[in-house]
Amino acid sequence: MKTMIYKRFERFWHWSQALLIILLLITGFEIHGSFVLLGFEAAVNSHVVFAVALIALWVFAIFWHATTGEWRHYIPTTEKLAAMVRYYAFGIFKQEPNPYKKSLSAKHNPLQRLAYLAFKLAISPAIWLSGMLYLSYPYWSTLGLEGLSLGAVAFMHTAAAFAMLVFLIAHVYLAFTGKPFYAYVKAMITGYEDTKGG
Amino acid sequence: MRKQWLLLVCLIWAGTGIAQAIENLTVSASTADHSKFEVLQQPFATGPEVTAVCLGCHTEAAQQIHQSIHWTWEYKHFTTGQTLGKKHVPNVFCGSLKSNYPRCTSCHIGYGWEDKNFDFNQEQNVDCLVCHDTTGTYLKTEADAGHPAYDDIIDALGAHKIENLRPVKKVNLTQVAQQVGKTSRATCGSCHFFGGGGDGVKHGDLDSSLIAPDRALDVHMDAEGLNFSCATCHTTDAHQTAGSRYAAQAKDTHGIDVPGSSHGGRASCESCHGHTPHPFQFNGKLNQHVEKIACQTCHIPAFARGGVPTTTFWDWSKATTKMNRDEEGNLRLNAQGKPQILFEYDDNGWLTYASHKGDFKHEVDVQPEYYWFDGTVEYTLLDDEINPEERVSVNKIRGSYNDEISRIWPFKRMVGAQPYDKITRRLLATNVYGPNTDSALWSNFDWVKALEVGQADAVATGAATELFSGEYGFVKNEMYWPITHMVAPKEEALACHECHSSNGRLQHLSGFYLPGRDTTPWLDKFGWLAVLATLLSVAGHGGLRMLLAWRGK
Repeated sequence: MKTMIYKRFERFWHWSQALLIILLLITGFEIHGSFVLLGFEAAVNSHVVFAVALIALWVFAIFWHATTGEWRHYIPTTEKLAAMVRYYAFGIFKQEPNPYKKSLSAKHNPLQRLAYLAFKLAISPAIWLSGMLYLSYPYWSTLGLEGLSLGAVAFMHTAAAFAMLVFLIAHVYLAFTGKPFYAYVKAMITGYEDTKGG
Repeated sequence: MRKQWLLLVCLIWAGTGIAQAIENLTVSASTADHSKFEVLQQPFATGPEVTAVCLGCHTEAAQQIHQSIHWTWEYKHFTTGQTLGKKHVPNVFCGSLKSNYPRCTSCHIGYGWEDKNFDFNQEQNVDCLVCHDTTGTYLKTEADAGHPAYDDIIDALGAHKIENLRPVKKVNLTQVAQQVGKTSRATCGSCHFFGGGGDGVKHGDLDSSLIAPDRALDVHMDAEGLNFSCATCHTTDAHQTAGSRYAAQAKDTHGIDVPGSSHGGRASCESCHGHTPHPFQFNGKLNQHVEKIACQTCHIPAFARGGVPTTTFWDWSKATTKMNRDEEGNLRLNAQGKPQILFEYDDNGWLTYASHKGDFKHEVDVQPEYYWFDGTVEYTLLDDEINPEERVSVNKIRGSYNDEISRIWPFKRMVGAQPYDKITRRLLATNVYGPNTDSALWSNFDWVKALEVGQADAVATGAATELFSGEYGFVKNEMYWPITHMVAPKEEALACHECHSSNGRLQHLSGFYLPGRDTTPWLDKFGWLAVLATLLSVAGHGGLRMLLAWRGK
């Protein structure tokens, strides 16, 4: 049966975060010198705007996760973990059914949980912490951070950005592994998905 | 409430009233008309005669000048302890003042510095007119120890000889004295635009195009606009002028100079523009650059922009190697029986060779080189040992990313080669000028004699300890000239990517991380490999899915 699995705020958060992350990756790698698109000045200016917008979005998202209890969806579990790995490695090619069925109380499969937890606890904090340090570079001496090196902060920011890009590619691909292939994406847009029992 | 409005209106009206009154002034802004002074209504035969009359009223002026670097040509550096100033330092142009007095001192703010025995205490020898002339007719001739032309000088073609773009005509000293006034770009420029022996040769950011520049060349000196004179920024007090190339203020931390908080004049951008010169920006990046980047670095994208070429290369080792000869190979001689000079020019008409000076390179619209600069300039003086195997920095600029006072500054880097003593391993002073001597290089083309006489004067005046050994060579040299004039309109200021890119203007500056230029190559390699591996994995996985799904149908 059809169930509203992704709430309106959750969808808004997901898609605006997706857009901002893509824009930040583009402008960020331009600032890094990987290519020229907008020009350095426009790239820096827009990168800062997108970053501040993403920070604001995350403040709301953290509040939402905390107050609605949605954070529980990211608690790691080993239940069906091996089955999921097996599914992606073999079963998916043989048109086997996905061993995991979403429910309102557990809407991410165990692999997703792990990936999103890494995203939220490792990649994002690394990129944020380094990014905010990078932004506040002119005030380091006021903040008592003279010992920091901009090169080290930039290294961390770049490394986290590569991790983010890798996550993004895998995430987008896996979003198209539903049945039909666009099922997960559609669910993320409409909010509704077939769930077991209900 | 109504009263306050009335007061405001009155204040505005009063303010515009004063401005209007000054604009409509029908008398001179000065309180003295020098043409009305009887003492100036007399013929003068020489400059010192005029000065004597000036000092009758301006009783302290000469003593003030006597304490200025314009007079002493001497500067004791407070950090390095070196005694600098034109009187002492060598340079990569004509070499040094030593033994070349009457030519070099044509730009001294005095009269009669003909040799090392000049009396620096003689008040009458101060030249008031060179700075305060408003007629444009007062010209110190190029080799008379600071005296102006007391007679017409006619060249071979029967016209007035041209020196520093002006005809050498007998100066009407009475007329000049009666019309003295404030200094101007033209009076300061009569020396500072022609340093190194010609228009624009030395500095690159100072040449005759600044006498009446347009906005594109210099926003502040724009003759049709702000029309700043040199003294607008190089403020003077008791004839002491603000601003120094020997001890520059690389970062002015005092901010805007207002009465009660005026720190040694206005010769810095910050004196008027303060520490946050750019309009509000949400990320504040431009104003944050003020901490580490000199204003000049972005706002003077190129120098020698007024069409006057500046010398960027001067190789003395080629002097005397090519001479002016007739068909039989004999030296062509001038009226005094001295060899004539061979000149060669490039397609622009710019000098590339002269028998008495060597090889040259000239350039316009030159992109500066950039270095960390804390304001301190250290010289290789005539008694400092050099390593002839390496390029000698005749002046070295100090500074680093790691200190609080350094900023990245633009420089003209002048290179070439100059003579040194192979035995004492020191730079040598050359006697270049002296048309009637048998030693001057420019007349006799004999290096040994020229170095003997030049170095002897350096020793006699305490600038060097060792006489010329007799063995000379040429050492590669370089010299740094901070660029601070020819401030371009803001539309022309450097865009971010000029520096924030690989192969940008700051490519060679190291010791700090510059976004857009610097990366950690192995991280980039590893990162892109990871991205590629992920892409290949999903493509493989997806491809296999599609293939099997298609076959399963």
